[in-house]
Amino acid sequence: MNAPESLAALAPDESSIGRFWREFASSRFAVGGLAVFCIIVLAALFAPWITPQNPYDLMQLDIVDGRLPPGSASAAGYTYWLGTDEQGRDMLSAMIYGLRISLGVGIGSAIVAGIVGTGLGLIAAYFGGRTDAAIMRLVDLQLSFPSILVALMILAAVGKGVMNVVLALVIVEWAYYARTARGTALVERRREYIEAAESLALPKWRTVFLHLLPNCLPPLIVIASFQVARAIALEATLSFLGLGVPVTEPSLGLLIANGFQYMLSGKYWISLYPGIALLVTIVCINIVGDQLRDVLNPRARK
Amino acid sequence: MSHWIFRRALQALSVIVAMSVIVFVAVSVIGNPVDLLISPSADLAERTRVVAGLGLDQPLWRQYFNFLRGITEGNFGRSFVYNEPSLKLILQRFPATFELAVAALLIAVVIGIPLGLYAGLRPEAKVSRIVMATSIVGFSLPTFWVGIMLIMIFSVQLGWLPTTGRGATVAVLGVEWSFFTADGLRHLLMPALNLALFKLSLVLRLTRAAVQETLPMDFIKFARAQGLSPARVVWVHVLKNIMIPIVTVIGLELGSTIAFAVVTESVFAWPGMGKLIIDSINTLDRPVIVAYLMVIVVLFTAINLIVDLLYTLLDPRVRLEAQG
Amino acid sequence: MSASTTMPVLEARGLSTHFVSRGGVVKAVDEVSFSVARGRVLGLVGESGSGKSVTGFSILGLVDPPGRIVGGEVLFQGRNLVGLAEHEIRHLRGNRIAMVFQDPMMTLNPVLRIDTQMVQAVFAHQRMSRADARGRARETLAMVGMPSPDEQLEAYPHQFSGGMRQRVAIAIAMLHRPDVIVADEPTTALDVTIQAQILAEVQKLAREQGTAMIWITHDLSVIAGLADDVAVMYAGRIVESGTVDEVLDSPAHPYTRGLIDSVPSSNSCGERLRQIRGMTPNLRNLAPGCAFRFRCDRADDACTRDPPRVERPLGHAFRCFHPMTVS
Repeated sequence: MNAPESLAALAPDESSIGRFWREFASSRFAVGGLAVFCIIVLAALFAPWITPQNPYDLMQLDIVDGRLPPGSASAAGYTYWLGTDEQGRDMLSAMIYGLRISLGVGIGSAIVAGIVGTGLGLIAAYFGGRTDAAIMRLVDLQLSFPSILVALMILAAVGKGVMNVVLALVIVEWAYYARTARGTALVERRREYIEAAESLALPKWRTVFLHLLPNCLPPLIVIASFQVARAIALEATLSFLGLGVPVTEPSLGLLIANGFQYMLSGKYWISLYPGIALLVTIVCINIVGDQLRDVLNPRARK
Repeated sequence: MSHWIFRRALQALSVIVAMSVIVFVAVSVIGNPVDLLISPSADLAERTRVVAGLGLDQPLWRQYFNFLRGITEGNFGRSFVYNEPSLKLILQRFPATFELAVAALLIAVVIGIPLGLYAGLRPEAKVSRIVMATSIVGFSLPTFWVGIMLIMIFSVQLGWLPTTGRGATVAVLGVEWSFFTADGLRHLLMPALNLALFKLSLVLRLTRAAVQETLPMDFIKFARAQGLSPARVVWVHVLKNIMIPIVTVIGLELGSTIAFAVVTESVFAWPGMGKLIIDSINTLDRPVIVAYLMVIVVLFTAINLIVDLLYTLLDPRVRLEAQG
Repeated sequence: MSASTTMPVLEARGLSTHFVSRGGVVKAVDEVSFSVARGRVLGLVGESGSGKSVTGFSILGLVDPPGRIVGGEVLFQGRNLVGLAEHEIRHLRGNRIAMVFQDPMMTLNPVLRIDTQMVQAVFAHQRMSRADARGRARETLAMVGMPSPDEQLEAYPHQFSGGMRQRVAIAIAMLHRPDVIVADEPTTALDVTIQAQILAEVQKLAREQGTAMIWITHDLSVIAGLADDVAVMYAGRIVESGTVDEVLDSPAHPYTRGLIDSVPSSNSCGERLRQIRGMTPNLRNLAPGCAFRFRCDRADDACTRDPPRVERPLGHAFRCFHPMTVS
C-alpha cells in the first residue's frame, strides 16, 4: 500500500562498512558520543601516566589536604583541579582510577556474559527441542526478576569483591544475550547457507559458530552496547549500596557513596565529579547504542 | 474462562513452589544451614538445642518440608538484629515501599504516556526531538546518582523539600500511608520522582514506538479514508491498539519498581523493605533475607498473573481464545 | 455506447503523482486522465507497479510522503480535489467518495468491534444518537448480504472469514451512500467463489444506488464481467481506454493485447500459456518514449518519443505509434 516496489533499494552502491559508517555518522550525537567515549577509555587506560597523583599510594597522600575545594593548590605543587576527599586524595585522579574499575568491570562482565549468553542462545536455536525449551525456561525465569534483585542475592551469598561483582553481573546479563541470539538464530537457521553448511556435513560446532554466529551479530552488537552501559550503572549502584567493589579498588559508585555524607555540609565535589564521570560514560554508550540500533535494524529505518 | 484462570493460577503456584525450593537450597547449600536460623553469636549449647529443636539434624528433604510448613504458618524465623519474626518485619515495611512504587509509576505514566503519544504523532517537532534526547539521559542515569543530585539541589541548595525520611502517616484501611498527608507528600515527592525517572523514560519510548508502529498500518489508512478526523483516528483507533502492550508493560514494571525501590530507599533513608534488605545483607541477618525473597517471589508471581489476566481481557483476539 | 453523455461524477485530467527520494524520481502516476459517470463501473487495469493503486489514493488525497500529487486535476462533480484543504477533502472522504482496500484482514482494526468501527465511520460525517448510528450500520450490513447483522456487529474482525470482512469493508464504504466508490483490488485476496459472489453483489449495489465505481485490479477477467468502461495502465500512464466491449474485442495497444492473451481461459487446452516477454519496468528514472517498447514486438525507433493520445470513434483511445489493427 506504499510507494511502488521499484522504490526499494534507492541508495547508491558502496561497501557495507562504508555504508555502515555513513549511516552511523548521520547522527552528530552518535559521533560525538563515540568520540567522548574513546577519550574516556583512553584516559582510563593511561591513568598512571596522566594523573598528577596515584590516589591509592598512601605515600602520596597528605591528610592535611583533605576536603579541599576544587582549584586549591597542593603541597606538592600541582593543583587539585577537582578538590580532595577526606583522605586528601585528588578527586581528578581518584575519578580516573575509578573509571578504570568501572569500565573494567562493566565491559568485562558484558563480554563474558555475551559469550556465555550468545553461546547458549545459539545452541538453543540450533538444536531446538528439549535443549531449547530448557534453556529458554531458564532465560524466562531469570528475566522475570529485576536485575538488581538477582545481583543483590548473589552478592549476599558470595560476598563482596571485584570478581564477585563480575560474577553477579554476568549472571544478570547473560539472559538478554541468550534471548536475542536465539531469536536471530531461529530466523537465520532457515536460510540457505545453513542448509548448505549442513549438507556439506560440517561438524555442528563449526556450522553454529563459524556460519550462524557472524550473521546473528548485528542485533547482538546493539544489545552488547546497552549491556555495557547497564553493567556499569548496576555495578555503580551495587557499590554505592556497599555491596560491590571493596574500598581498596573503588569504582565510581563507591567514590560517590563515599562523598554522599559530605553533601549535606556543602562539600559537593567529592560526590559530584565521579558522578559526572559516570553519567557521561553511560550516556555516551547509550547514545552510540541507540544509533547502532537504528543503523543495524532494518525495520527501524524510517 | 474460569478454566483458563484456574490453569494460570496453578502455573503460578508451581512457580512459587519451584522458587521456594531454589531459595531453600541456595541458602542451605551456600551457608551453613544452622546459621540460617541461629544468630552467629550463639554459644554451643544454644546451638545444639536449636538444631535439635528445629530438626536441622534431619535429612535435607525433611528440613525442606519443615521449611514449607513454617512458611504456611508465616514463620520464617526471627531476625538476628531485631529479634522479631522476620515476616512481620518485612510486612511492616511493605506499605512504605508500596506507596513509593505506586507513586513513582503514577508519575511515570501520567507524564510518559502523553509525551510519548506526542513524540510518536509528531516525531519531527522540536519538542519531540528534545523529549527523545532527554529520555536517553533519563534511562542512562543511575537512580542513586539522580537521588543524590535531587537532594543536593532541592534540599541543600534550595531548601524546598526535606532531605530524607518518610513524612507523617495516616491510617487508611488499617494500614499507615503517608500518601494522604501533606507532610507525607512533601517527603514522598523526591523519592518518587527519583524512582520514576527510569520508568518514565521507558514508558515514553515505549509509547512512542507503539504509536510509530501503529500509524502506518492499513487500518489507520482505512480509517482516514472514511473521513475520520485526525483526532478521532488517534483516540479511537490508535489508542486502543497501543494500550494493550503499554498496560502490560506497566503492570510488569510494578514488580521491578518495587525491587528498584531498594536504591531510592537507601539514598532517601525511606523506611521500606528495600532499606531493610540492604541492612540485612550487610549484617547477614539471614531470616530476613529469606523472608524478603519469598515475599518478593509471591508478589511477582501474583503481579504476573494479574497482568496476564488483564492482557487477556484487553486483547479481544486472545480473550476469545481463552474463552475457548 | 460512449462513456457518458451526462457530466461525469468523477474525472481525472492529467493527474500526476511523483515520489521523490535520494535515488531519483518515480513517476508513479504520469498524466493520467479518465472519467466515470453515475451508475457506471470503470475498471482500472494494470500489473503491480503500474501505478493503479497510487491513482486510487491520489483521488482521495491519501498519498503519503515521499509521494505527492504534482500536477493535474481530479474533478468531483466539477470541483477540483487537488490542492483542496485537508478538512474539506476529509468531508468528502467516506461520505461522497469512499474507498475499499485490498486486504480486509489489515484494513479493519483488530481490537475494535465491528459496530464500534462502523459507528465511528457514521459519526465522522453525521450527528445522531449511537442507537441510530448502529441501526444504520445494521441496515448497511444487511444491504451487502451479511446473514445475521446483529451478531456480526458485536463481533471482532478476526472472527470472520476474508469474504465477510470484505463485505464489512464494503458496507462501511456504503454507510453514507457515496457517489463514488474506489475499490483497490478488493477481491484479490479472496477465494474465487467468494470473489464471484462479491462482484455480483457490488454490481447490483452500483446499479440500484447509482454509485459510480472505479474498480482497480490486475485481473482482466474481473473487468470483463463487471466493468462498463476500462482504462489500461502501464508504467504510470494510461495506454488504452474505452468501453469494455470495444477494448477487449479490438484492443489497439499491444500491451492490452498481451494482457488479454495471457488470461488462461482464452487458451485452448494443452497450449502453452502466452505471456508478455520481459519484466515490469523500473519506474525510477524511466527513459523517455513509450515505456512498453522494450517488451513490444512492434516497437521501432519512432517509439523513443512519447506516443500521443489517439482517439477513435466510440470513445476508444490509446497511446501507441503502432496500434494493433482495429477491425
